[in-house]
Amino acid sequence: MENQSSYWRENLRLIFICLAIWFVVSFGFGILLVEQLNEFRLGGYKLGFWFAQQGSIYTFLGLIFWYTKKMNDLDKKYNVEEE
Amino acid sequence: MEELKLYTYIAVFGSFAVYFGIAWWARAGSTSDFYVAGGGITPLQNGMAIGADWMSAASFISMAGLIAFLGYGGSVFLMGWTGGYVLLAMLLAPYMRKHGKFTVPEFIADRYYSKTARVVAVICLIIASLTYIIGQMKGVGVAFSRFLEVDYDLGLYIGMAVVWVYAVLGGMKGITYTQIAQYCVLIFAYTIPAVFISLQLTGNPIPQLGLGSTLADGSGVYLLDKLDMVVTDLGFKEYTTDNMGGTLNMFAYTLSLMIGTAGLPHVIMRFFTVPSVKAARMSAGYALVFIALLYTVAPAVGAMARLNLMNTIEPVAGQNLEYAERPQWFKDWEKTGLLQYQDKNNDGKIQYTANAETNEMVKVDRDIMVLANPAIANLPNWVIALVAAGGIAAALSTAAGLLLAISSSVSHDLMKGVLTPDISEKNELFAGRVVMTISIIVAGYLGLNPPGFAAGTVALAFGLAASSIFPALMMGIFSKKMSGPAAVWGMCSGIGVTMLYVFQHKGIMFISGTEFLGGLEPNWFFGISPNAFGAVGALVNFTVAFIILKATSEAPQHIQDMVENFRTPHGKVAAAHDH
Repeated sequence: MENQSSYWRENLRLIFICLAIWFVVSFGFGILLVEQLNEFRLGGYKLGFWFAQQGSIYTFLGLIFWYTKKMNDLDKKYNVEEE
Repeated sequence: MEELKLYTYIAVFGSFAVYFGIAWWARAGSTSDFYVAGGGITPLQNGMAIGADWMSAASFISMAGLIAFLGYGGSVFLMGWTGGYVLLAMLLAPYMRKHGKFTVPEFIADRYYSKTARVVAVICLIIASLTYIIGQMKGVGVAFSRFLEVDYDLGLYIGMAVVWVYAVLGGMKGITYTQIAQYCVLIFAYTIPAVFISLQLTGNPIPQLGLGSTLADGSGVYLLDKLDMVVTDLGFKEYTTDNMGGTLNMFAYTLSLMIGTAGLPHVIMRFFTVPSVKAARMSAGYALVFIALLYTVAPAVGAMARLNLMNTIEPVAGQNLEYAERPQWFKDWEKTGLLQYQDKNNDGKIQYTANAETNEMVKVDRDIMVLANPAIANLPNWVIALVAAGGIAAALSTAAGLLLAISSSVSHDLMKGVLTPDISEKNELFAGRVVMTISIIVAGYLGLNPPGFAAGTVALAFGLAASSIFPALMMGIFSKKMSGPAAVWGMCSGIGVTMLYVFQHKGIMFISGTEFLGGLEPNWFFGISPNAFGAVGALVNFTVAFIILKATSEAPQHIQDMVENFRTPHGKVAAAHDH
């Protein structure tokens, strides 16, 4: 039981980190800070516009695969893998 | 033109033959096959099937068109419809897979130990899914009417018949394998024209890079800068900064689409088809890979289509196209009524401006942009034929997934779960097929009398799913104490508030004339459009549920144990007692 609750706490920590990044790239860079970031450029893209239409999606992808890997490690560490 | 028609028939009916063949090969024999494909789908296959299930007529046909005209504002669809997968992968999918049931309402029934919760979930599911299907049916009708030059109505009937055959026969098993084929058709159909157009305009074959490149005409001007210049010259808002209804509306809209994505039952159901929790996490990642292939190309398609359209009408500033010399695609789309021209100043030329007084392109339906795109760019006929098959594949695959969600919620949740618990497996399977048939007919009827354009209705379905199903599922997993009554009140008030807001601005059941506050922006709550209201509805759902939980008793111990259990991948799930 003790084991299980620290497994859950570590999972919540991972989720929190991922969702913080998820929020920053989409709602932060893509919407709230878009005007400030548009001052910078990435080739022909204004940077804020790039985050809204490209960058956020690439980040989401990275996040899911990173979380999946971390969780698989966590399952092993706490020995709670499926039989 | 005859050659085009021939190619189109080959592409469309050839792809239909493939779907039928797969459906026959993978027909369902048991309820487990019918609802969850026997639980034996690999994460890679599931990711691809989710991609097709997910990417509907709205993604394929409407989204790039919306982006073409909304510019930066269209980003809400791009971020909203992909960001939801992060939520799915981390907050819902693994735990719901661990619990190991067939449907979303069944999970809610177990977790909230209540038949009422199950029925409420079924109602929310049916409302959201039916709203969503309307968009698909309209997409099928548009694609058929343009490319096979049949009536919109007839196109719709053909689409209904095709879905009926393979969805009713194959259930989830047939649908999964057909969706894998449909994904391949639709992704090729989407990217090939985009590659050609990107190459033509910028010399870069990768659309995602082409959008950020300079034009190939030797001017050294960036494509997006040119587009900004062209549209602002004609009085339209600047493409790269035009924010749809302001920052708060964009924020709420994106959030609604994200949590709506995570709350859509036809997508969640797909995670029940894989064999393990690990595979459920992995499928979300693969799904987003396959989805991102289209979603990162879409902004390029939108921007390039807009630029091409502007350049066709006004090749050099001030020298507008003579109406008599308009290209073939222009005439073709005029026939469908989705493109209309009116010579207001009688000069025989086409003026396309932001000013309603002088604008002569009186109707440019956004839904035609993707379908017309290859013709506007003068691409070969087989590419145009491929796009037709792709659009239809996208609409059919999503419609099939939705129909399955509806029919399983009626046959498994309402009949087996609540009304006639001792129904035999064989009869339940039969009931599932009957319900699916009825749903197809209802969806067809709604497709004949559709409200708004495809992506508009779809966006609404997300608001409804966001405000009802997502909060109930998330609280069920992350709050052990959340009780049945609290969750039921949360769901009802969430979807209630959202529907009220939508109806008061868009008409009761979308019947125009019955809206009592008008669809006008000044009446919007803090400037949030009805489509973006799901986020507010979800907030109401969470708030109401926690207030009621504080005032009443928490969930019983055996339910809290069950939650403990599905939070970790190993071990079996304890049976829920009141079920």
